This record gives sequence, C-alpha cells and structure tokens, in this order.
Amino acid sequence: MREVAVASEPNPLQRIPGVAMVLVLLIALFSVIAPGFLSVANLSNVLVQSTILTMLALPMTLIIMTEGLDLSMGAVLTLTSLCVAIVSLATKSMLLGLGAGLLVGTAFGVANGWLVAILGIPPFVATLGTLGMAQGLSLIVSDGQSVVGIPHSVRDIYSATLLGIPVPIVMALVTYAAFHGLLYHTRFGTYIFALGGNREALRYAGLSPNRLLIAVYAIGGAMAGIAGLLMTARMNSGHPTAGLGLEFDAIAAVAVGGTSFERGNGWLLGTLLGVLSVGVLRNGLNLISLPSSVQVASVGVLVIVALFLDGLRSRT
Amino acid sequence: MTDITKGAIAPPRSFLSQDAVQLFYRLLAAFLICAVLAVLSDSFLSLGNILNVLRQASLTFFIASGLTLVVLTAGLDLSVGANVALSACLAGTVIHKTGSPALGILTGLACGGIVGLINGVMVTALRIPSFIATYGMLWVLNGLTYWYMAGETLHGFPAGFRQIGSGYLFGLPIPVYLLLVFLGIGTFFAQRTVWGQEIYAIGANPVAARLSGIPVARRLLLVYAVSGTMAGLASIIFLSRLNSAEADIGESLTLPAIAAVLIGGTSLFGGVGTVFGTFIGALILTLVLNGMNLLAVSANWQPLVTGVIVILAVWLDMKTRRRAQ
Repeated sequence: MREVAVASEPNPLQRIPGVAMVLVLLIALFSVIAPGFLSVANLSNVLVQSTILTMLALPMTLIIMTEGLDLSMGAVLTLTSLCVAIVSLATKSMLLGLGAGLLVGTAFGVANGWLVAILGIPPFVATLGTLGMAQGLSLIVSDGQSVVGIPHSVRDIYSATLLGIPVPIVMALVTYAAFHGLLYHTRFGTYIFALGGNREALRYAGLSPNRLLIAVYAIGGAMAGIAGLLMTARMNSGHPTAGLGLEFDAIAAVAVGGTSFERGNGWLLGTLLGVLSVGVLRNGLNLISLPSSVQVASVGVLVIVALFLDGLRSRT
Repeated sequence: MTDITKGAIAPPRSFLSQDAVQLFYRLLAAFLICAVLAVLSDSFLSLGNILNVLRQASLTFFIASGLTLVVLTAGLDLSVGANVALSACLAGTVIHKTGSPALGILTGLACGGIVGLINGVMVTALRIPSFIATYGMLWVLNGLTYWYMAGETLHGFPAGFRQIGSGYLFGLPIPVYLLLVFLGIGTFFAQRTVWGQEIYAIGANPVAARLSGIPVARRLLLVYAVSGTMAGLASIIFLSRLNSAEADIGESLTLPAIAAVLIGGTSLFGGVGTVFGTFIGALILTLVLNGMNLLAVSANWQPLVTGVIVILAVWLDMKTRRRAQ
C-alpha cells in the first residue's frame, strides 16, 4: 500500500503550486494592505529574520521525513543560546561559545534519537519530555535571568556583511546548500528517504535504521546549536525563554512546504518557501500592527490548513 | 504496518487482573515516596501540607482525567493547558462583566468543550494526526488568549466563587470532593458503560472497533469534547483558587497532565489504562514536586524533573508491555 519511494525525488510539479501559491498570495496581500511591505529594507529584514527559522526548519524536514517530530527544538535552541552567551561571556571567545552550543545541542539531538530509535518511544512524546528537560536546564543555568554583556565578536555576527550580504543570510544559504547536497546527492540522503518510506529495505540492505535515525536527530540538535549562536547575537543576550515555541514555526514551515507527515516524502526547497511564507506572514501582520499573539494564532491556522490539504492529497 | 500487533479488545477487568497488579505497584511507589519525604522533611506529614498535596493533585487530575480518555483511544491532546488559560480568562471576564459566577462557570465549561469539539473534528473529519492537530490548537489558543488579555490581569472575584477552589468542607478542601466525584464518574463511565468500553476497543484496535459497528468518529468526538470540558472545569478551579487570571497560566499545565496520565499506567498506544491510575499518577507527580519544594529545591527544576518522569513512565510502560507479549 505504501509508496516505495526510496530516493525518488518527489514530483515537484505536484508541489510547487501549493507552497509557492501561499507565498505569492501572502506577498500580494501584504503589498496591498501593509504600507512599506515592499520596500527593500523591509524585505531584507524578512530575509534576515527568517535565517534562524531556516536553520531549524531544514533539519526538521529530515526528521519529519523519518515520520518523526522534534518538539524540543525551540527549547534546545533556548538552551544552546544561553550556553553560547554564558561560555562566550566567560571566555571572551565566540568560537568556544559556538562550540558549547553545538555540543549541548548535539547531545540533546542524540538523546532524542536514542529515545526514539533505541527505546522506541513515540517521537512526539520523547521530544516533549526533552522539551521539558531543556526548558528546565535553561531556567537552571540562567537562574531565570537574562545573560547580558556578551562580547562584541558574538554580537557582530548578526550585523556583519560578507560581500554586501548580511552574514546570517550567508549562513542560511550555506546551510541550505549543505542540506540539499546531503539529502539529494549522498547515500545518507537516500537512506533518509528510506527511513520514512521503507525502513525494512534498509534492514535488508544490511544498514542499521536506528543509527541513521539517531544521526538525523543529532543533526537537528547540532543545527539548534548553530542557530543558538545567531539567536544570542541577534538579541545581544541570552534569555531563558527566548526560543520557546520556535519549533512550531519550523513545523509550520515544513508542513506548508509540502513535506508529508506520513509518507517519508520531503522537499527542502518547499521548506525554504515555507519558511519565507511564515516570515512574510509574521512580518506583514506586524506591519499592520497586529500583536505577536495574533501572529502565533495565524501560524497555527496555517499549519492546520496545510495538514488538512496534505491529508486530502494523500487520499487522492 | 506495525499497528495491528496491539492487544485485542480489553478483556473485562477482574479483581487482581494485570491492571490491578500494575495499580498496586503504583500505590506502593506513592507510599514509598511519602515515607522518604516523611523522613527527609519534618513538615511533610503536617495536615496543612497533606491537604495542600491533595488539592494540588486534584487540579492536575481534572485536566489529566479527560486526557486519559483521549490517550485510551491512542490519541493525545496537547492543547489542554492552553485551553485552561483561554477558558479561565473568558470565564473571569464574564464574572467581572455580569457579576454572576454561574454564568462564568458555564462560559468556562462551554469554552473548554467547544475547543475540545474542534480538536475532535480535526482528528476525525479532517484526519489530522491528533498530536499535530492539538499542537496547532495549542498555539492558536495561546495566540487568542494573549491577544484577548493584551497583558492585563483579571483580579478579584466574588467570595462565594472563590470558595470553589480555596474553601473547606468538614476540614477537607472543596476541590478534593470534586476530585472524588469526578474520579467516581470517570471510573464508572470508562469501566461500566458501553461507551466507555467502546473507547477501550477503539484504542486497542481501531479497525476491529469499526468493523464491529462502533461509531468510531462519534466516540472520538466525545472523547476530545470531554477532555476539553475537563480543561474548562480545571480553569474554573484555577480561577477561583488563584483569584486572578492571566494569559500565561496554562503554560506549565500540559506536561504535568500528560505525566500524570502516563505515570498512571495508561498506554500511549491506546486501549490500556484507568482513570483511577491517572489519579494515582497525579498524586505521585504532586508528591515529587511537593517534596522538591519542601526540600527547598528551586522551582526552576520542575520542568526538568517532569520531563524526565514523562520519558521514564513511557519507557517503563513499553518495557512491561513487551514483557507481557
């Protein structure tokens, strides 16, 4: 019954309309109702603000392709952001801060993967548990306070430019290229398709699905570590609730981008367009001065609609 | 493709069944925690503290009891905490505007129930996996509540209304009586009514349940609506105990409720568990958190401990189930 879609790229023609239409519609809507939306300054603002989300949504795509989910990503991002802040504050070194964030993020990723793959705990509950743990650790290491006074070397990452392009955008593009290469041009990527579509085939091919699954979740944790650096740089501080709920925007971007929650089909470009859709939606609502609470609610509606459409597609 | 291997429809529960043994272990665990805390802390065994534990456990239980029915059908409701927040804020507003606690209580219950119904529609008619649908709902409710409250706090309710959450009757807090009532109703509904047994059947094997003529979609709607209504009830108790309502009161409620259900022995995979088990689960969790509090552990540790408990509980459940097979 299930599609045996090992390594076959999903038919893009079937998917481009959905997410691209959402994006075009949102852009059209806000250029009409939100003054200043189409200005260069605002559009580049949307792009820069979407970078952290890109770094979460791309690994989330891989995780969802394995019929998994990572609800802990926002909380882990919060924790890694705090680690970056605390370590860079103590050592005055951006790289050590990044290292600490990467280490903690990857540890959580491996833990998620271990709980899901080895213990067999359903991903949404396993990562809900680690969400609580990461949130708790964030409160404990920061004692509920902001971490301020971090070195300039961290802060500058968010504002610096490379060849005229803001560094966060360069980082997001490099990340996209890396994920694209990984998923579509390596054997590991092929295995990821198989993890969701046909896990038995991996076993018959003599591979360990468990180890691959742990690797996928570990990538998610590591990316939360790198995004933690951007987060700290952007806020110029570490805060114990900063990234909470960002996993929801990431899941929204993946769902809107047309990655299926049930069939092991993923589409990275769709996720990228999904990230931009969420970014445009939030930015546009912000411009017409709707509070962030309304933005959150509308992203929620966006997800439910996207999933409903996904369900419709899977039935036809 | 692995979902068919679950157990058959739950057999009638007899005395000292597998479930009873599991419950006994959990009661034992609760007593052990009590014994340890009694040794470690002088104030644990004081009447005030014990009543406090019972009242705290009853709050977790109200949310968790409805959630138990959802989990029995192999679903999950992640929106309960956010639902409590919205229901409490709406109920609080109605009481302030009309001065009538009865109308406020109705509003809270209705808001909770409607949210639950929408969850049910998403799961049955739109066929969205329950954990994603209710997760989306969580953020929709969160957004609505924060937007509606706009940073305000509702404060000060009629004295009669406050009795519900903070009053005493014959020396026991009123929420404890409510707990006993709903424990009784929940247990009777799940074990002794046809609908309750159908819910077990749906969780154990949805295909078999449908083929044997159970209206699966309607029962699922009911289950999510009950879960939402219980969140509405919890919102009333919260409102009357805290004597205030804010947009963020629900944020720390979902994980403990899920923890209580799972500690209580209800399986995430559906078809196994009892409402009484959830009561014991709520009690165990409250004892642990209360103990940490008495031993002067910072409240910052609570999410961490709750998260660890959730994972431990699922893991233990899976281990015992694997051994039983």
